[in-house]
Amino acid sequence: MSCQRLAAILVSALALTGCQTVKPYDYTNFRAHPPRSILVLPPVNESTAIEGTYGYLTTVTRPVAERGYYVFPVAVVDQFMKENGLPTANEMQQAPLAKVAEITGADAVLFLDLKQYGAHYQVLSSTVIVEVAAKLVDTHTGILLWEGHGVAQQASNGSGNILGDLIAAAITQAINKHSDRAHQVSRLANANLFFPEQTGLPYGPYSPKYDKAH
Amino acid sequence: MIRAMFVLGASLALAGCAAPQSRYEWGSYEEVVYASYLSHEDVPAERQVELLEKDYQAARSTNRRMPPGWHAHLGYLYYQVGRGDQARQELMTEKAEFPESAVFVDRLLANVKKP
Repeated sequence: MSCQRLAAILVSALALTGCQTVKPYDYTNFRAHPPRSILVLPPVNESTAIEGTYGYLTTVTRPVAERGYYVFPVAVVDQFMKENGLPTANEMQQAPLAKVAEITGADAVLFLDLKQYGAHYQVLSSTVIVEVAAKLVDTHTGILLWEGHGVAQQASNGSGNILGDLIAAAITQAINKHSDRAHQVSRLANANLFFPEQTGLPYGPYSPKYDKAH
Repeated sequence: MIRAMFVLGASLALAGCAAPQSRYEWGSYEEVVYASYLSHEDVPAERQVELLEKDYQAARSTNRRMPPGWHAHLGYLYYQVGRGDQARQELMTEKAEFPESAVFVDRLLANVKKP
């Protein structure tokens, strides 16, 4: 490789990192009402994949808990809501916040909107895309504490993604034939949603990085 | 050999970026929850219980906590397979480990107590 070419690559790499200076999120509301516990409701599923609702929901607990919050058990919450007259994700998300707070004691509710989940087929390959928008709302005041957007995609042939491959192996072991790739790509979308320092979900009280000044 | 090294490298990469400083033993928790939504014949509730119990043993040997919601979910599974005493016990553990769960867990306990 010529020196010039290498320099060109380096410059473009720098340019790329430069592009990532996104506008920081305004955490004023969040800091005024920092939650300890987060209730994750099943996502409203705007994608064409019906399995996306639970394929995605079951990847959200880990990143939010690792961020330092108590996360209510998603399937138990889902079942409880269904048994109490809210059979769909849309209905659950429309339940009055005061009622949700009374039933669960949650400080905040995470409302998720699954915009894309699944494969887009092209001539020679397919690309799996997961896109989600999230809103964290304080249950006592109804104030929006944080919102974010996460998207990730993965080409199907020769994924080139070590993380995806390894998770795939773990899933295959546990659930074998039903594992779908969008479920794995969801974890990458979640990393882009929750973990960016300037726009992600701030650290919560169970994290060693939690800001004690809250 | 190359494949083994690749997998090892991948595990290190995963440990490095997916879960820095995780204090929780995740095991197969989220995949078990996912499995609970799939066809029952594939991963029956009894099998889901076994997978979680195995993770709990692993956590005990490495002195790690189970993640938030984990004990409540196992309690819910125990309840489904008719092991009411263990269901109650797991729900109590959830409440003790994570006081934030108290309001919700008390509601679940009230349900479990029904014969």
